[in-house]
Amino acid sequence: MAIMNIREAIVSTLHAEMERDSDIILLGEDVVGGNGTAGGPEAIGGIWGTSPGLWEKFGPERVIDTPISESAIIGAAAGAALAGKRPVAELMFADFVGVSLDQIWNQMAKFRYMFGGKTRCPAVVRLVYGAGMSTAAQHSQSVYAMLTAMPGLKVVLPTTPADAKGLLTEALRGDDPVMYFEHKTLYGVKGEVPEGEYRQRFGEARVVREGGDVTVIACGRMVNFSEKAADKLAADGIGMDLLDLRTTSPLDEDAILESVEQTGRLVVVDETPPRCSLAADICAMVAQRAFTSLKAPPQMVTAPHSPIPFARNLERAWVPSPQKVEEAVRRVLAFR
Amino acid sequence: MSGVVWDNWQKNTDGRATVQFNRDELLGAYRRMKVIREFEERLHEEIKTGEIAGFTHLYAGQEAVAVGICDQLTVEDMIVSTHRGHGHCIAKGCDVKGMMKEIFGRAGGLCKGRGGSMHIADLDVGMLGANGIVGGGAPQAVGAAIAARIDGKGRVGIAFSGDGACNQGTTFEAMNLAVVIKAPAIFVFENNHYSEHTGDAYAVGTSKDIASRAEGFGMKAWRANGCDFFETYTAFSELLEYVRAGNGPAAIELDTERYYGHFEGDPQRYRGKGEIDRIRAERDCLKAFRAKVVGAALLTDDDLDKVDAEVIAQIEEAVVEARADELPDPATVADDVYVEYY
Repeated sequence: MAIMNIREAIVSTLHAEMERDSDIILLGEDVVGGNGTAGGPEAIGGIWGTSPGLWEKFGPERVIDTPISESAIIGAAAGAALAGKRPVAELMFADFVGVSLDQIWNQMAKFRYMFGGKTRCPAVVRLVYGAGMSTAAQHSQSVYAMLTAMPGLKVVLPTTPADAKGLLTEALRGDDPVMYFEHKTLYGVKGEVPEGEYRQRFGEARVVREGGDVTVIACGRMVNFSEKAADKLAADGIGMDLLDLRTTSPLDEDAILESVEQTGRLVVVDETPPRCSLAADICAMVAQRAFTSLKAPPQMVTAPHSPIPFARNLERAWVPSPQKVEEAVRRVLAFR
Repeated sequence: MSGVVWDNWQKNTDGRATVQFNRDELLGAYRRMKVIREFEERLHEEIKTGEIAGFTHLYAGQEAVAVGICDQLTVEDMIVSTHRGHGHCIAKGCDVKGMMKEIFGRAGGLCKGRGGSMHIADLDVGMLGANGIVGGGAPQAVGAAIAARIDGKGRVGIAFSGDGACNQGTTFEAMNLAVVIKAPAIFVFENNHYSEHTGDAYAVGTSKDIASRAEGFGMKAWRANGCDFFETYTAFSELLEYVRAGNGPAAIELDTERYYGHFEGDPQRYRGKGEIDRIRAERDCLKAFRAKVVGAALLTDDDLDKVDAEVIAQIEEAVVEARADELPDPATVADDVYVEYY
């Protein structure tokens, strides 16, 4: 086991996989950086520091700096994937799906189905998402629910360095389009990462805590917030089953249902507004399939139905907090 | 401004010697154009029966473009097509019977009845897909070109676009990206003078010269009469040699005509009086081809009449087989969404 952070896990996985498979290419804005400047290429290595050294090692045909043209980035990835490559396309901010959604949703997600199951589109789109850095309404959003709703896409959200490696490797080895979400506040999170080849199967939630009194479902940064709540609740003798979904498509329904059937109490934490959210989706699934197990109405801990604000204190008010998770847990436990 | 033949189509040509065709090549090109024409003329009739569902956009009138271009490609070259894609599919080598079954929504269709007219693809012949989204394909052709360049075999990626798609931001982004990274991408603009129900004179700021947009993005562009197989072929042969030689992307604008409406059922109230009769009389690539090759004593009317009869029989057989083919099994409705879903 090596100790590294999520950023380092992503960089080392990209290096290792591009070394292993010459079909893997990387494209995006400033993934090299510095092209056409006095500073020269490799001046940046990715605005998030997630692609240093790749251009130098693999050359400009495989590591491609693009203009600010998100539709062209995703569309070129889709076309290259049809043509036999394994492109990794970087969206500097997940919010930019707004200017490239057609190529994700109407194109790469649907090729295989529309074309009668004869094609493969093994493209990985890396999307940097999440609030917490005061990047405001157009650079902070967690758009995974929207993409989770689209048949043909797989959606993964690593929360630990080990999962960052395991899920990215799995994405690059698979043959379907994968939306790989990187939370911008989690890049520095450190942890143990298995050495050598390491793949994390999709659709297998990570059991973060086993407590037995309440089931809490989360993904991304909300897992860490839920852990903080779990620590506080543990002091009062309340035990939390905490599941990190790892992937929202496919969704580990079995793990969710298994836990709810034992605890009878469900809280879903979601870093988005509530309507048509992942939280709503999971609550509906549980209501439909485990209704008789429930001892209390499922609770959603979400952001309000509003865009994401800029000011630090406003943003903190917007993001679901450990305290709100704690309150929701106490609410479902108090229900008779 | 429908029906205007470019008088400057030679402006960008390099004055190369005339391309020479042997008898088989001439017969083959005529046959492929005729297959497209008959496929579309027959669909126009079949759609009236109500048996074919959804939207169908016919390519009749534009055959010289698809065939004049695809006849010069290898199976390894990759094209992305449009909602008006039947002609590109046939010219690139998609199975005609499979296409007909697909459009009839049958299990034996090229896409098992999942795609329909607007979503026909066959990667085995380098046909990366028709596309229901106008302008959706151009970035994908650049991606195919990126892949082709890595493989180093001189392959190209080609985006067919119309005068409608030439207004989409995706097309602009794709052209710029291709120029920036010098990808072996080719942008084919088929100007049939209508984006849906609106004229190019209104909707395209550079309606007299779409190719100038490509030049504005920094690539070399050709122009040709898209209702003439030989002019299309000759101009494209120069372009293809240029791109295969590693000079980066290039574009070509073909002035052509759409004989039918935007979609089948379109009342075409936007057409001028007698316009369709006129373009069918004056701008028919099959008639022009016949006049040239018979006039030059390269082929006879009998040679071409024989092809016509064979093609009509071929399409009849395709329709009969499509009609007889079984419907897709509703139990398979959610199959083939993923290669693997776990």
